[in-house]
Amino acid sequence: MELELILNTIARALAFSTPLLWAALGEIYTERSGVVNLGVEGMMIMGAVVGFMVGQATGLPYLALLVAALVGTLMGLAHAFISITLNANQFVSGLSLTIFGLGLSGLLGRSYVGQPLNVAMKSVTVPFLSEIPLLGPALFTDQKLLTYAGLIMAIILWFFLNYTRWGMTLRSVGESPKAADTAGIPVNQVRYLAVAFGGLMAGVAGAYLSLAYRPSWGEGMTNGMGWIALALTIFALWDPLRAIGASFLFGAFFYLSFTKLQTVIAPELLTMMPYIMTIVALTVIALGQGKRAFGAPEALGIPYQRGER
Amino acid sequence: MAVAKPSPFNPDKTPHRLTMKGISKGFPGVLANDNVSFDVRPGEVHALLGENGAGKTTLMNILYGLYQADSGSMSINGEPVQFRSPKDAMREGIGLVAQHFHLARRHSVAENIALGLKGTPLIYPVKALEQKIRTLGTSYGLAVDPKAKVWQLSPGEQQRVEILKALIQGAKILILDEPTSVLTPQEAESLFGVLRRMRAEGEAVIFISHKLDEVMEIADRITVLRKGAVVATLDKKEASPESLARHMMGKAVAPLRPKTKPPLDKAVLELNNVWVKNKRGMSALKNVSFKLRHGEILGVAGVAGNGQADLIEILTGLNQPSEGHILLEGKDCTPLGVKGLFEAGVAHIPEDRNHMGIVPSMTVAENLVLRQYRYQPFSRLGLLDWSKVTEFAQTSISDYQIATPSKETLTRLLSGGNVQKVILARELSGEPKLVVAAHPTYGLDVSATALTHDLLLKQRERGAGVLLVSEDLDELLKLSDRIAVLFAGELMGIVDASRTSREAIGLLMAGRKAQA
Amino acid sequence: MTFLGYKLEPRTKPPGQVVFLYSFAAVLVALIITGFIFMAYGLNPFSAYATIIQKTLLNWRGFSQVLLKSVPILLAGVGLVLAFRAQFWNIGAEGQILAGAAAAAGVALFLPLPAPLTLPAMFLAGFIAGGLWGFLPAILKVRLGVNEIITTLMMNYIMLYIVRWLINGPWKGKLVRGFSESDKFPAQAVLPTFVGTRLNWPTLGIAILFVFFIFFLLSRMKLGFEIRMMGESPEAAHYAGVSFLTTTVLLVLLSAGAAGLAGVGEIAGIHKKLLEPTSISQGFGYTAIIVALLARGNPLATLATALLLGWVFASGDVMKVALRLPDQMTGVINGLLLLCIICIEPLLRYRLVRTKALPNSKFKETV
Repeated sequence: MELELILNTIARALAFSTPLLWAALGEIYTERSGVVNLGVEGMMIMGAVVGFMVGQATGLPYLALLVAALVGTLMGLAHAFISITLNANQFVSGLSLTIFGLGLSGLLGRSYVGQPLNVAMKSVTVPFLSEIPLLGPALFTDQKLLTYAGLIMAIILWFFLNYTRWGMTLRSVGESPKAADTAGIPVNQVRYLAVAFGGLMAGVAGAYLSLAYRPSWGEGMTNGMGWIALALTIFALWDPLRAIGASFLFGAFFYLSFTKLQTVIAPELLTMMPYIMTIVALTVIALGQGKRAFGAPEALGIPYQRGER
Repeated sequence: MAVAKPSPFNPDKTPHRLTMKGISKGFPGVLANDNVSFDVRPGEVHALLGENGAGKTTLMNILYGLYQADSGSMSINGEPVQFRSPKDAMREGIGLVAQHFHLARRHSVAENIALGLKGTPLIYPVKALEQKIRTLGTSYGLAVDPKAKVWQLSPGEQQRVEILKALIQGAKILILDEPTSVLTPQEAESLFGVLRRMRAEGEAVIFISHKLDEVMEIADRITVLRKGAVVATLDKKEASPESLARHMMGKAVAPLRPKTKPPLDKAVLELNNVWVKNKRGMSALKNVSFKLRHGEILGVAGVAGNGQADLIEILTGLNQPSEGHILLEGKDCTPLGVKGLFEAGVAHIPEDRNHMGIVPSMTVAENLVLRQYRYQPFSRLGLLDWSKVTEFAQTSISDYQIATPSKETLTRLLSGGNVQKVILARELSGEPKLVVAAHPTYGLDVSATALTHDLLLKQRERGAGVLLVSEDLDELLKLSDRIAVLFAGELMGIVDASRTSREAIGLLMAGRKAQA
Repeated sequence: MTFLGYKLEPRTKPPGQVVFLYSFAAVLVALIITGFIFMAYGLNPFSAYATIIQKTLLNWRGFSQVLLKSVPILLAGVGLVLAFRAQFWNIGAEGQILAGAAAAAGVALFLPLPAPLTLPAMFLAGFIAGGLWGFLPAILKVRLGVNEIITTLMMNYIMLYIVRWLINGPWKGKLVRGFSESDKFPAQAVLPTFVGTRLNWPTLGIAILFVFFIFFLLSRMKLGFEIRMMGESPEAAHYAGVSFLTTTVLLVLLSAGAAGLAGVGEIAGIHKKLLEPTSISQGFGYTAIIVALLARGNPLATLATALLLGWVFASGDVMKVALRLPDQMTGVINGLLLLCIICIEPLLRYRLVRTKALPNSKFKETV
């Protein structure tokens, strides 16, 4: 009985962790290029609403996912344009994209509130893997395709970042843009790509919410997940593989806040848990590394301009 | 001192590998390069000599495609070229070893070298390269572990990485910008060995420096820059340190200022067995003890990064020693902190004058009270009295001849020399007991340097103790009564400035204790 | 780089008129884009704006609504100006407003005080509670370098759920049965309003006083000088011996405390009870960020920028009632405003200068 509860928790936590993982992976790449994107929340929610709208209109959830990814990419490009080309403050840029996204998504999705999605993404059971005793049923049974894809994506992105030339280029732009520039790497172009990719991933994360996890639209349905993804980026020390564990942990916090624990603790107080744990996680990481954020790309948040004397 | 081997090429008959003609480049407010012409032949070390700010680095950044010249032309092996980015320059065989290394600190040596390299495989980009680095390293005397992370390396080793990077990229013209500034004299000697080997291989080397001796040692030809323009291009045979200095400074070097009073016997500052831990938890200062007397200038020499910055931090309260005591006029002031030490009469002329010494976005008047704003008469009951600040600013501006349009001008608009005057005016106005000056003339022009020296000597006359940290040995020898040398956080010895030589200090800087 | 005989030249500090002119243009662009949204909803943008202006600016009742909405964002916004000047990115005004509201509600509902003392005690409690809600992020930032943007934002969610818990649990009104809200406040805990409007004058007065206090603090007080040093050059502030902990804590207490006061004004002046957090503050804490950014670090400028955003909020109500537009319009206009404002940033850093010669003629010279 208790074992079943634990396994069920693991399964649900994995489902909950999916949007966090996708968004955090995108932000990890963005930040490894040296740019902070505080617009993740806005890009997620725009992905969610546009995904839902397209899904409802066409009945094709994977087409909807593609469009949501595109919307995320466009918002990422907007952030890149404002913070890199216009060289405006990147914190303000991201923040305003979040405020804008939250506002616009509310307007766009107004007439969809309360509608169930006609054709949602189906759950998939992985053959063979699901037959592993205990963990097989928990991890590989009846999850959405995006959940599995997120895990695979994390591994691919980890390999790409550490063991390919392009990954090395991306890292160098975030660590030492000057070194990259003198090596002939177009620093700002690489950053553009990374920020756009971060937007794409946030768009997918949002679409997962409205097309797969809870196939419906609700205003503000991302509920701060974009911000938690930003915190996860730090908590995972900018490493795609560690992001799997970090997002799983927070998926568990989200799941637990909806469970039977509610009979013991007031539901409102339980719902706070992921947000409190975010602060705790950031504190723990900070305590672990002292004042210097080791693991953060050295040029994080610093715009690069050549020819500065 | 090793004698330079003659190059196998006959310099006069070989065509120029590089020619720069009539290069000009302006920045807002300065003309950094003014119609500069310059050339290098294969198998030649051509030195570019000039003071800080003479335009050497700008010229090389143009050659490397980091800046575009406003006018002028360049050709390589007789072919005209135009560089829009370092990529273009690299393609034409130009390699740059910058003064501040362009290395990603958390990448491995091999990754740093692979970055700009053509034909790097997409997957596992550094595997094949690592072997190549080892081979080339041994053949040129540039051994370094390709798997090591750059932050683990000493500055000398990092420089080797930069040179290897340029060589592997196929550099035919190697630019070295102030390469010895981070090296001990002994490390510098081994660098010269590498350069001689490159010269023998027919490479062209551009050696940028402001140090006469090393230029005389390694260069075949010397071009002197002053205020952005070429003053002379000389063959080594027809040059002497004296003539080079004349070209560089524009006028004869000022005579030493005679020191009138000997220092008093009373110590103003005393360090007893001081240990300091740096941010990584390693000992940055090890068991350092010394005394500094009233009316004395104690110079501190050492290669950058051997504990000078840490010494300054504990003397000015920015950091605390982990063990040991700091006594100011006999009183223990170890735990006082920045505010307490300032109140106790310690002035601090910081190394990074634009980031630490001033707030660039504040006015000159505000910066003149940056450290004393909280005391009477500038501040009372938590309120600032701007009329008193204005008064003080006006006096300081005229006393220290600060060239500023007004006291309300933003300080970032001032030139480096005037920024330093603002700092000096602020720090010296309170008649401090101890002046801690970190590289006070770095990057200043001749007149601002002279003024700074003058002010420090006046503090000495007044009876204050002055701790002068500098990388400029000439400055230390000229101003100091005694010179303390730091190596790897240890005090190697204190020598009498009037009875020592550059060589003796060089040995101490390299970590050899003084013999007898 | 020359383009059609013009080039961009960096400038050191844009003059005040230029900043105002460009900001005004940015606002205008945002409003024009909004006009297109009106068209998308089948409205004539000109008549829509005419209706809005007529109902918000041209009569006292309507304008009192503008002021009503301006007060909380003015208080929270000027607090953020202070925080942003110190480079403390307080995104937590929303939670700090709610903290102030909750504390004031606690005083109003449960603290038996003599009638004349109740309202002052509520404001005091709100100020302290708001300030304390910013305390943890401040400490974490100074001591451990924890990113305050994320922590202050998380604190918003935490306070949101605390208030929800209060109105569903311990503070749920005994007389309200089905609703999730507290009992009504006693009369002594309700702020007086201007006749015929819902606008209460005490909070308006406090807000304006606070703006001038922050102006005075930044220009005349030792603490203000320290805050500026810390924000403009942390290294120099260390060198000058500024205590980052004390200064940050003080400035955050003031900044977040101001937001707390806004929360008190909302519940003691308008709602007269503690209720659903999204009804107490309709995103005022986030709008305050726009107010502060548009004011560009100048506390006095918040008087104008808060009025502008207050007008957007009041217009939102008009759009909903008179034009039958969705009430999410306010959020969209806020976002557009913010985006347009940051896009003028490079224009302020550069100026367009006519080059002496056109590129063609220069070309001829060299040939």
